Amino acid sequence: MTVATRPEPGPAREYHFPQFVRDRLENGLNVIVATVSKLPIISVVAVIDATALADEKGKEGTAELTAKALREGTASRNGTELALDLEKLGTSIEAGADWDSTAVSMTVLKNHLSEAFQILAEVITAPAFGEEDVERLKAERLAERMQILDEPRGLADESFSRFVYADRARFAEPMSGSTKSVSAIRRDDVEAFYRKNFLPQTMTLIMAGDITAEEGIELATKAFGEWRGERTISPINADTPARAARAVEIVAKPDAAQSEIRIGHVGVPRSHPDYFRIVVMNAVLGGLFSSRINLNLREAHGYTYGANSYFDWRRQSGPFVISTAVQSEVTAEAISETLKEIERMREEEISEDELTLATSYLEGVFPIRYETTAAIASALANLATFGLPEDYYDTYRENIAAVTTRHVLNAARKYVKPEELQIVVVGNPELIEEPLKALAFGPTSMREAEEA
Amino acid sequence: MQIPIDTFSLENGLVVTLSQDNTAPIVAVNLWYHVGSANERAGRTGFAHLFEHMLFQGSEHVGANEHFELVQRAGGTLNGSTWLERTNYFETVPSNQLALALWLEADRMGALLPAMTQKKLDTQRDVVKNERRWSVDNQPYGTWWEKLPELAFPEWHPFHHSLIGSMEDLSEASLEDVEQFFRTYYTPDNAVLSIAGDFDPAEARKLVEKFFGSIPRGKGKPPLERIEVPSKFDTTLRSVVEDDVSLPRLYLAFRTPVFGSDGYYAASVTAAVLGMRRGSRLYRALVRERQIAADATAFTFDLAKGSDLLIVDVTARPETSAEQLENEVERQIDKLVKDGVTAEEVGRAVALIQTDLISALQSASERADRISMFATLLGDPALVNKQAEKYEAVTADRVNSFAREYLGTDNRAKLLYVPRKEEDASNAAELAVVAAS
Repeated sequence: MTVATRPEPGPAREYHFPQFVRDRLENGLNVIVATVSKLPIISVVAVIDATALADEKGKEGTAELTAKALREGTASRNGTELALDLEKLGTSIEAGADWDSTAVSMTVLKNHLSEAFQILAEVITAPAFGEEDVERLKAERLAERMQILDEPRGLADESFSRFVYADRARFAEPMSGSTKSVSAIRRDDVEAFYRKNFLPQTMTLIMAGDITAEEGIELATKAFGEWRGERTISPINADTPARAARAVEIVAKPDAAQSEIRIGHVGVPRSHPDYFRIVVMNAVLGGLFSSRINLNLREAHGYTYGANSYFDWRRQSGPFVISTAVQSEVTAEAISETLKEIERMREEEISEDELTLATSYLEGVFPIRYETTAAIASALANLATFGLPEDYYDTYRENIAAVTTRHVLNAARKYVKPEELQIVVVGNPELIEEPLKALAFGPTSMREAEEA
Repeated sequence: MQIPIDTFSLENGLVVTLSQDNTAPIVAVNLWYHVGSANERAGRTGFAHLFEHMLFQGSEHVGANEHFELVQRAGGTLNGSTWLERTNYFETVPSNQLALALWLEADRMGALLPAMTQKKLDTQRDVVKNERRWSVDNQPYGTWWEKLPELAFPEWHPFHHSLIGSMEDLSEASLEDVEQFFRTYYTPDNAVLSIAGDFDPAEARKLVEKFFGSIPRGKGKPPLERIEVPSKFDTTLRSVVEDDVSLPRLYLAFRTPVFGSDGYYAASVTAAVLGMRRGSRLYRALVRERQIAADATAFTFDLAKGSDLLIVDVTARPETSAEQLENEVERQIDKLVKDGVTAEEVGRAVALIQTDLISALQSASERADRISMFATLLGDPALVNKQAEKYEAVTADRVNSFAREYLGTDNRAKLLYVPRKEEDASNAAELAVVAAS
């Protein structure tokens, strides 16, 4: 009663990433406008080269705290007025800092754009950084720290970074700071961070949606044209590995209902010439639902609800991570199966079928990723943050399609390194310590699940 | 803003909606089955969700896991989800792959059972048990998803029991259950199929008729035995849960008018006044001014039958006790009931809701999902186009009379999470239900 023959696709309709116009104001501020006029809505993102790598040693978390403090008041409005003035226009400003940028963003209906945009400019160019507000944000961050440490997933991610990167490397510390480092930040540190890093030359302003290039550039010039500042910072080295040999760490959580497992090592920077080959290789290994690791751990063994792998792309080398959560009793088995999949990936070429699954998926979902103005603006923000070529999105699908099974094998051999793998497990030591030691994967240490 | 919607039904009862938008060469296919955890029989909690997993294990002409592989190979995204009142399945694909997505959905609606085996069921049972450990048991506050409905609906009520299910009940699920559930609920007359995005309407209709037309109508599903509850709790219910958390958290629930009713829109706007973004009442009062909370939000559960719930969710700051948190939150609610809200507050809430609405409708999969939702729960897909005006019609007066009616102490259920005491660390969390007034 159902139709037995699987239908074949018709000819594909062409798709192009939205066109965009770039301009540079006299003060050095970059502007990008992408006109997408389907609905009366615009997304605005300001990306600023004010990163967690610019945090002073011992005061990690300053970049994030500064981003959050932008929304707490300006020369002419206090924090509550600021929130209310934006929200009655149906919008609000999100602000946050990561390893490679600070992003300040909002999505707003066209009829409210000019008024909301004025407030966004005020937030970026004239923040007040009130002492009380900074102290409250610190207290909120400290409360968040307690919640992260309660939460096995967050704890595993954080423990893994600490274990993989050298103590002195910035990537070892939480991006938004630890309890100790956040406690050490003072209001003046926030202001100093802002003065040093928030400058027209370090910012790209992106607008995507129902707006023309002329309108966008005019708005930017009016609101940011008079803004001035001088750049004076030097980048630091953030990605030194902790060690060159395998090692295992157990983070003891006696009442854990599951083991949170992270396996990996220091990866490669975003600008790497083999980027597309690594992306396709990772899709086959652990990036897709139908990836080798997920099909093995979830669908063949039922060990887990899901397992995946990723390269965390940053300007410096972020980690390569395989991440899963399994029933405590099968922790060692799940790790063994994962290691087998890594070996298999490096031993022989994947089949043509596996290759095309990954490449046709990545090519096909490309237009699905850019349905909203916020997604388009965020893609353009990546161009600015990572210094990608102007035609990056126009050539993305060709670059994916050009990857071969031989490229994938070489990428697995070069960038997945079994001898350097680090394993972190957050779980019940009574159930996992012996089996993990019996694996004899590498020197195994154990620590309590509290802040290092 | 109006979305085009063309609705028709097949002879077997399948409701089909088409919403065309050719701006990008992608199309979303979305199928809602009008069955959820509420339809589970006693002793089979979690079965509707386990069954959702089985729908990805192949059907007569599709191999195990091939559904995922075929859609991803076509360049599409996909998933499914289970809720109290419905289960949905959806994929977004390049528009030249529409036929594939429809064929896959039709094959599992028409011919799932030939592909079911004991081994597949056993594996997915293990996967779901791990999903339970991951999302509920090993997650701080993770049990609130089952403890709040347990507190807010009486034991006999279909919304009372756990959606993810107990380990014991999951262990009991059999292939006979799969067969029976499939024959009862996974029938064309118990489903809505929505297609949104880039397609030719005549061709899409032809494809739907070709793939779904010959699937026989079901024999009708048993009605939910009892679903109506009094519109209020008539008391304050209170339950304290000790959990592996450092910070107390309060979930404060009120019974409110069902999804889609006039009262629902007043409830939804009230929730936004209370807890949507940083300009909301609870955020301003508790996070910014009093500084006793780390975060504060409020939202509705969106249940279309029996009773909906408005839920306030506030996490304490480290120096705030659970008792203080509870008192301060309730003081804010009492104040709203007594003094009412201003037109500005309502204006702020409605403006935020409107932007979110338009923002969400940019995506084909959101359009399809919302159309399916209104068609399934309220029998009218075109309601997706009336949301803006329904929200605009909510005034401060309506919010105030809603608050007086529903936010009083005679209609509260409090689920309070507190840090586990050290000496009890080995004991499982106990749920103690106490009627406080």
